Amino acid sequence: MEQVLKVQNLGMSFGGLRALDAVDLDVGSNEIVALIGPNGAGKTTFFNCITGIYTPTEGDVLISVKGKDKPKRINGLKPNKVTEEGLARTFQNIRLFPGMTVLENVMIGRHCRMRSGVVGAVLRGKSTIREERAAVEYSYGILEKIGLDPFVNEFAKNLPYGAQRRLEIARAMATEPFLLLLDEPAAGMNPNETKELDELIKRIRDEEGISILLIEHDMKLVMSLSDRIFVVDYGRKIAEGTPEEIRNNPAVINAYLGDEADA
Amino acid sequence: MDYFLGLFLGGLTRGSIYALIALGYTMVYGIIELINFAHGEIYMIGAFTALIVISVLTLMGMNTIAILVIAGVIAVVYSSAYGYTLEKIAYKPLRAAPRLSALISAIGMSLFLQNYVLLAQTSDFLPFPNLVPDFEFMEPYAHIIGSAEIVILITTAIVMILLTILIKFTNIGKAMRAASQDKTMALLVGINVNRVISFTFVVGSATAAIGGVLIASHIGMINFYIGFIAGIKAFVAAVLGGIGSIPGAVLGGFVLGWTESFATGYISSDYEDVFAFLFLVLILIFRPQGILGRSDKHKA
Ligand SMILES: Nc1ncnc2c1ncn2[C@@H]1O[C@H](COP(=O)(O)OP(=O)(O)O)[C@@H](O)[C@H]1O
Ligand SMILES: [Mg+2]
Repeated sequence: MEQVLKVQNLGMSFGGLRALDAVDLDVGSNEIVALIGPNGAGKTTFFNCITGIYTPTEGDVLISVKGKDKPKRINGLKPNKVTEEGLARTFQNIRLFPGMTVLENVMIGRHCRMRSGVVGAVLRGKSTIREERAAVEYSYGILEKIGLDPFVNEFAKNLPYGAQRRLEIARAMATEPFLLLLDEPAAGMNPNETKELDELIKRIRDEEGISILLIEHDMKLVMSLSDRIFVVDYGRKIAEGTPEEIRNNPAVINAYLGDEADA
Repeated sequence: MDYFLGLFLGGLTRGSIYALIALGYTMVYGIIELINFAHGEIYMIGAFTALIVISVLTLMGMNTIAILVIAGVIAVVYSSAYGYTLEKIAYKPLRAAPRLSALISAIGMSLFLQNYVLLAQTSDFLPFPNLVPDFEFMEPYAHIIGSAEIVILITTAIVMILLTILIKFTNIGKAMRAASQDKTMALLVGINVNRVISFTFVVGSATAAIGGVLIASHIGMINFYIGFIAGIKAFVAAVLGGIGSIPGAVLGGFVLGWTESFATGYISSDYEDVFAFLFLVLILIFRPQGILGRSDKHKA
């Protein structure tokens, strides 16, 4: 299988704290991969290193670019450049633009795919107007797919919780990613919403051809969705494999039970 | 009644100038949470640029309205270039530094620009020609409002409508709003936040320059220090309305303009500034976030 993301020997230190240590991970095209581990294991930090929020202290983040044999290094790029390269993410804590409408939130995601710059925006030439109209249509299309079209003109902050989580996914999709990074997308959802999310994520992979890397604590969801699972604990990778392999891995069981015993 | 109406319109005129300058404070604060103390100097530079252009064009014997428009456009371009450069050299390198550093840098730039104009030009007050002719159709109302005031009101209204369209409906406007709500997230959806910040400085400087040209031609005198006074007044307007809020800056400008106008008209002109600042103190005590300010801003 072709790899779309390959992370090699990733390390991240905050002063004396070793948040990530020599982590390897890869995601194949059209694959759903889960990253799991106890709280504080370094999962969110891993996402932050990949998306340019942090510059990792060691290691490489490589992506495969269509039509090129050689993978491209993206560590050290600014977050907006990483997004332009085709990675998009959501946050563990919802981070919508609360004072903007649902449609505007998604349209913001189109920004990086639009060509007309500041001058065009001010002078409002024909091509700018055409482009903005196309952005509205594109965004509306995504909202329909995600089932948020009834809310288009609602302020993001007024949406029900589950819908806000899905709006984050819609906004990420508007940037036309090849890889979607989801940080605990089911956190705080009720079982019904979680089931809808399960279907939605599969549909995004199957219909849009977007690969998915997700951090999640809901093991039922993880087992149902994932092709492969990576497990981290204290910043180190302790296991990787299929859901079946992970379920029976003693190191994983120990990490989770140990964690519970501590708590 | 005419007296009241005169004061009301006078306050509105004054207030719209404050609003034009306050917009720059509030937009910049909204996006990088910095009080740009050098903003008043940008306005002063706009007025000086206009004066130089006007002097040259008047020698060439152009029509006064044409002169005013050309001088306005050049002042806008020039001030915008200053605002853009100011952000790049004095604020951007300090983006990750504690907020106090950027504030001190802003005060430094304010003093620098004042003294730069003082040395390059003069410390004297320079006469600024009134280029707005007395419109004939305005004659019956001349005891209430002058032609120059009408021009100020109309120009301000146009600028505000354009600005609203820019921020509400255009792409870059959406990016500005997104960046002011959550900069990290804006970066992550692919917005070049540095460019958005530069653009905000350019727009804020442009509106300040328009305010500068209008008020200079209204009052008829400028020197290197006018930016300081106007800057403080506009800052009060922005805080009154709720710093970070664009409608707030406009409302704050009007409220301040009326306060000064009525205080001068009914009490004494000696107390103009006293009332302005008394009002600021009261607002800060009873509604610290300002009239339209939001207190729930998301912090990244
Ligand atoms: N910016 C930071 N500065 C210092 N320590 C951090 C920072 N970000 C994360 N950490 C630390 O890194 C460790 C991993 O955190 P995180 O990646 O959020 O864990 P997870 O998402 O797996 O629960 C924690 O000990 C956390 O306190
Ligand atoms: Mg986390």
